[in-house]
Parts: sequence; C-alpha cells; structure tokens
Amino acid sequence: MTDCAHELAEQIRAAETSGRPLRIRGGDTRSFLRCDASCDTEVLDVRPHQGVIAFEPAELVLTARGGTPLEEIESTLAEARQCLPFDPPRFAPGSTLGGAVASGLAGPSRPWHGSVRDAVLGVTLLDGRAASGHFGGQVMKNVAGYDVARLNAGAMGALGVLLDISLRVAPVPEQRMTRVLEVGLAEARARMTALARRPLPITGLAWEAGRLRVRLAGSEVGVAAAVAAVGGDACEENDSYWNDLRDVTLAFFAGEGPLWRLSLPVTAPQPDLAANWLLDWGGAQRWCRTDAPAETVLTAAKALGGHAMRQRPTPARSPLPPAMAGLQARIKAVFDPGGILNPGVLYPDLL
Amino acid sequence: MDRATLAARLRDILPADAVVAEEEALRPYAGDALTAYRRLPRVVALPRSIEEVQAVMRLCALEGVPVVARGAGTGLSGGALPDESGVLLVLARMNRILDLDPVARTARLEPGVRNLAISEAAAPHGLYYAPDPSSQIACSIGGNVAENSGGVHCLKYGLTVHNLLGVKLITADGELLEIGGAALDAPGLDLLALVTGSEGLLGLVVEVTVRLLPTPAATRVLLAAFDAIDAAADAVAAVISGGIVPAGMEMMDRLAIEAAEDFVAAGYPRDAAAILLCEVDGEPDEVEAQVARVSEILAASGATGIRVARDAAERARFWAGRKAAFPAVGRIAPDYYCMDGTIPRRHLAQVLLEIERLAATFGLAVANVFHAGDGNLHPLILYDANAEGELERAEAFGARILELCVSVGGTITGEHGVGIEKIDQMCVQFSAVELERFHSLKAAFDPNGRLNPGKAVPTLARCAELGGMHVHGGALPHPELERF
Repeated sequence: MTDCAHELAEQIRAAETSGRPLRIRGGDTRSFLRCDASCDTEVLDVRPHQGVIAFEPAELVLTARGGTPLEEIESTLAEARQCLPFDPPRFAPGSTLGGAVASGLAGPSRPWHGSVRDAVLGVTLLDGRAASGHFGGQVMKNVAGYDVARLNAGAMGALGVLLDISLRVAPVPEQRMTRVLEVGLAEARARMTALARRPLPITGLAWEAGRLRVRLAGSEVGVAAAVAAVGGDACEENDSYWNDLRDVTLAFFAGEGPLWRLSLPVTAPQPDLAANWLLDWGGAQRWCRTDAPAETVLTAAKALGGHAMRQRPTPARSPLPPAMAGLQARIKAVFDPGGILNPGVLYPDLL
Repeated sequence: MDRATLAARLRDILPADAVVAEEEALRPYAGDALTAYRRLPRVVALPRSIEEVQAVMRLCALEGVPVVARGAGTGLSGGALPDESGVLLVLARMNRILDLDPVARTARLEPGVRNLAISEAAAPHGLYYAPDPSSQIACSIGGNVAENSGGVHCLKYGLTVHNLLGVKLITADGELLEIGGAALDAPGLDLLALVTGSEGLLGLVVEVTVRLLPTPAATRVLLAAFDAIDAAADAVAAVISGGIVPAGMEMMDRLAIEAAEDFVAAGYPRDAAAILLCEVDGEPDEVEAQVARVSEILAASGATGIRVARDAAERARFWAGRKAAFPAVGRIAPDYYCMDGTIPRRHLAQVLLEIERLAATFGLAVANVFHAGDGNLHPLILYDANAEGELERAEAFGARILELCVSVGGTITGEHGVGIEKIDQMCVQFSAVELERFHSLKAAFDPNGRLNPGKAVPTLARCAELGGMHVHGGALPHPELERF
C-alpha cells in the first residue's frame, strides 16, 4: 500500500510546464477503448499508487487508491460478503480500480444495480494543473458542490487522475440462479420487458442464439419464488456465462470482424442492419457483429434514440452534437487547460 | 433594467398572464421554504413551454439580466430566493406528464410535475418513482433534479441522480441541450450527474426522463425502541453488516419521539431514548424471512421492544410519526431551524453527544431525526425568532453542527442543498482549489454568471473574510489567502 500522489503530481507539473502530453495508464486492460493509442507518448503509470484506504462493511463504503488492482478490491470486499454493485469487466488480470471507474463500464446487472457512476461517492482528483481536490465524500448523501466525482466515471482520465475513489458497495446475494428459455429474438425482447416490469429479483436478462437467460439473485426464498414466476429450465453454466458476457469473452465476441455496442432504449426496435446480435441489459445494451459501414451503424443507433461504439478493430463513437461538443471541451479545459492528460482519448482533437 | 421596462419587454414575448410585476403580486415569490430569507424579484415570468423559456433566456442574455429558476418553492436552503435585479422564472405551469411508458418503465415529464403525481400516474401499471422527499406532495421534479433530492428510501433506491435517464437543459444563452435520454448511457462525458444537484446555476431543467420501478409485492415495517442512542446506532450497523439493505431505516431521539407522539399519536414508546423504524420490501416470503432476521439482529443489539406493523394501517401510523416529525417539532417551539448534515454512521453517537453539548452551550434545545441507513442527520434547533438574538444563536449553532459533520468526514448538506443558507459552510468543506474548479465549471455553462448568482458556491474572497470565524481542525481553511 503506497501513496504516490506527490510523484504523480510532479510528473504532471513537469508535463504541464513543457506542454508534453501524458498517457495515463493503470493495468492497460482497457486500451482498446482509447482513441489516443499513441505508443510514443510519455506514460503516467498510476499502478504504484495503490492500496485500500478504508473499508467499512457496516456503512457499505470502500475507499481505495486508483492504482489498486481490482482483484485486491474484490478479495477485500469478499471477506465481508460484499461486492462492487456495477460488476466491472475484468478483461485481463491487473485491471485497476481507477481504470474500472474511468472507463465507466458495468456488467450485466447494470439496469438493476446501477452504473459505475451510480456507485461513486467521492474522488480525489489530480487534474491537469497538478492540483488535487476532494469532490464528493464517503457518505451516501452529499449535495455540497457540483458532482465532479460522478463526472469522472467514464471520463477516461480526460479530467484528471483518480487518486482515490470512494464507492458504495453492496452485499453479496445469498443465492444466484440462472434460468434459460428457448425463444427467438422478438419473443425474447417481449419477455425481457415483461419480466422487468415485475418486482422480481432479476440481475441479468440476456439473449443470444435463441436462448434467453434470466439471472436471479437474492435471498433463497426470494429466488425460489422468482424461479416459479420466470419458468424456463435450469442452466448449467450459471455464473460462468455471465462472467464471460461481462468480460466480453463469449464465443459471440471472438473473431476479427467489427464489434459494436449499441446503447438503446429497451423499447427501440431492432436496427435494420445485416448483423448478428447479442442482447444484454434486458435489451438496453445490444452487441452487434456487422460489416456495415460505421456511418450506417452510428446513424441507425441515433435514429433509435441511442448511440453506438465500435470496440474493434479500432474505437469509434457516436459524435457529439456541436453545442454539446463545445461544452464538453470547455469542461475539459476547466481541469486540464493545457490538454496534457490523455488528449483525444474519447474524441480526437476534442476530448 | 427597471421593473416596468423589463415587464414590458417580457410581455412582448410572453402571454400577458405569464408576467407578474406588481409589487403585491410579487410577494408570494419572495422566498422558498427557508422563510428567514426573503426579497422581491424584479419580475416573475411563468412560461408554459420550452419555447417560452428560451425566449425569456434570450432576452435576459441580451440585456444581461440575472435569472433564478423556481419550481414549487419547497426548497429548504434558499436556492429559489430571487435576485432583486433579475427575473424569477417559475416553471410550475409546465406541469404535464408528457409520456409514461410502462413497457420501457420510463416517464417523460415537464419540470413542474409534482413528485407524488409521478407515482400516482405510474401506480395503475404496478410501477412507481422511488425518490420520495418529505415534501413530495408539493415539490416538483425540476426542483428535485436541481437539488438532487433524497427521501427515506435512499439507501436501497438511491437519490434523484440514480433514478434519472435524461434531462433537457436550457443554458444561460437560451440554447437547448439534451443530456442523457431514454438509453442507459450517453456518449462523451456523463453530464447528467453534474447537472443534477447544481441548484439552477448551470442551466434550467425543462424536461426530465425518469426511470420507474416495479412496486414491491410486500412491505413490512418494524419499530424498535432503545434506551441509548449508541445502541440504536449499533443496531443499524448490525442490520446492514448482516447483508440486509432495508428500504428505509429511520431514527428519532427522545425529544423528536415526544413531539411526534403529542402530535399524531403514532404509538411510539415515550420512555425510549431512541427509536428505529426499519422498512423491508420484496417478494412476500422473502420479506417475512427478513422481518424475522431483522428482529433477531435488533434484539441482539439491545432493543428494549420490537413491534412489527400488522397491517397497512399500522404501517402508515408508524410512518406518520416520522413523516410528521418536522411539524410536530414546530408545535413545541415558535420556530425551528432544520439542519441537513451527513456523517459516516459510525460517528453517530459521538456527533449526537457533541450536539447535546453544543445545545447546552448555546442554550437552545435540539430534536434529532436521522435517515439512519444513509447517515443523513436532521437536527432541528428550537428557537424563538421574536426573542432578541435567538435566530442568530440558532444559526451559529447550526453552523457549528455542520462543521462538526465535516470534521468527522461528512458533508454540510445531504439532500437540502447549499443555496444561500449554507454558503459560508462551503468554505469549511472545500479548499480554494476545489472552489475555483466549481467557479470555472459554472463559467463553462454560464460565462457571465447570470444563473442563480450568489448561490451554492462562495467566492474565495467571501471565504477569506470568514476564515477568522471558521477555524477548522485548528487550522484556517485557506492559509494561502490574504486575511483582511
């Protein structure tokens, strides 16, 4: 457990003075999301700044340094039968908490247990002016000052280095169980929205290749009652399927062809694309394998009230409307006026 | 711009009944629920559409006129206190539910829709909107977004920010921005949380999309009595450590219990030092199992009596005492001042003891009600505004309580907002660098500082002047600044 805040600040100060950009890195397991993947940029390595600072199981709050490996966070939480509610993808060993928060990616339980942002209570941010500030705190309710802490979830380090992060954590449910229903896509979408309207302990609704999987988690009696309501068959894979879905390692994701993630309203119809689909988040997150031109996919997602991101072979994101792009650039400049931290990580020449 | 000219210019772009400029008619708009602060706006505008709001904002941008937004006026921190040279933009007339989609489980709302009206409209579909501030019968969703309002069910269901999908925001220049939407996330920086709780300083919320939740199949409430505050605090920790996240977990101290009993006869034990109300919800069999488990834990934590509400009527009665706590306390003193600090729960006993000590020092009584699950403390300081110097003493006492909350790792406001009321305590909680970033963020949205000026974030000069008064942890909060 080491505090390297001072060294990190020194490196940023030097970069700010010389005007040379820095590439913030933790475990480097999420670099496929970056648009700034230049290998000759100086690296700001956050990994040495690591360790759990405080963990209060009775308060459901954990505070840890940004460089702390996710494995360490998970084992600390597991000892108290608790977990990260947003269940971040691991991708590979060595993922850091800072990277998990900065990338803002959440697992299959996202619609029920919340986003990464939802779990963030506070951060200490070391910004592009080498100044650190505490935003938010260690308590569930806090409305003093603008919510800079949650603004950093998903910001990919564009506003600063997450020195430490306080998160709301959750109890591990007594029991998890997966049911499988053999249904086609249209029927699956109808079933998913119907199930989500009922007060059932659902923490996963995913469909691929004619199989709808329903994950239930809660108390033993609660799950048993829900099994009867959901129907379907028991599923042998149980946790392994959901972990592979979360980590984007199912067979569906394999191969070199383009991989798109579409975030759409659950009720949006299926985009008119020649594609192979996997639906997660009850239909709100739709993974798509297609050779359609990027412009076609982005346009289709926008027309349905959502957005899209290509994760492979190279990242591409739905563009921001001009007024929004201007505002986001001004927000970046508040924390990093010299544009030295991860410039272009989200959008080249903008953010 | 003088009142008559401004009113005339507004009448050029709004219907006649949407502009109020007569002094008598302006009075009802002079303040919000923090009644100690009142001042008249130059003019009140009551738009009915996004286009009308944009027209007002463009005029105000052109003429450099400040704008303060107001919803139902139920805020407790003076956030909607008018600017004397500005327009008070009242959004209460924009009160339509634009769309309620039971399949998507979302509702699209104009900002003036009342909080409770959302759940009422969703109820026939077996759905509801989770955040339930105590003013939910009157407060509006636009104000809830501006304040990031909470309620008694936050530990399990979150604050306003956790239940939003998107907002439409009009900037100081009258430009319409869509932040979030009907999908679960949006490209680029996530501005939804930044805008939520920004107290009308970054933009005006003119449309809100919320998510709706399925109404739990069963709900039970337990009432437990304790003969010591710290035993009650330990019981809360034990329940949560036991893997149970209650839907609601409320604590009241002896003075609050007595006031509530006198007022609504909720059936609380008058001899208890503290009571806990614990609500669990879920599938019926699961709830029964949880009630048994929670009862066990409460008993093991030293509860002197535990009762489980037998039916909906008794459950409502248990809650009635808690929900009426503020007006109940209002009956035992001419005035009360409601604080809103949040603390890490493990410091509860220590903080309450210190509040008791401060009460003796200031010579004022205090009743405590506490959202125990999430650490949000509402000490109610009793005073008499007509007695010479009592208001000032109550305010000084309140300020000390908030500084106490900060000193144990908490915050000066959990759910009521900073507004004008707690602006000086911001200097205690935040450093000069942090405050400077807040001001720069404000400028990124509103470069001329015309939206709700003077609220929520103090100037560095103001903090420097207060520095001598607020010595925190033995150190001045801003040693780097000059003292005058």
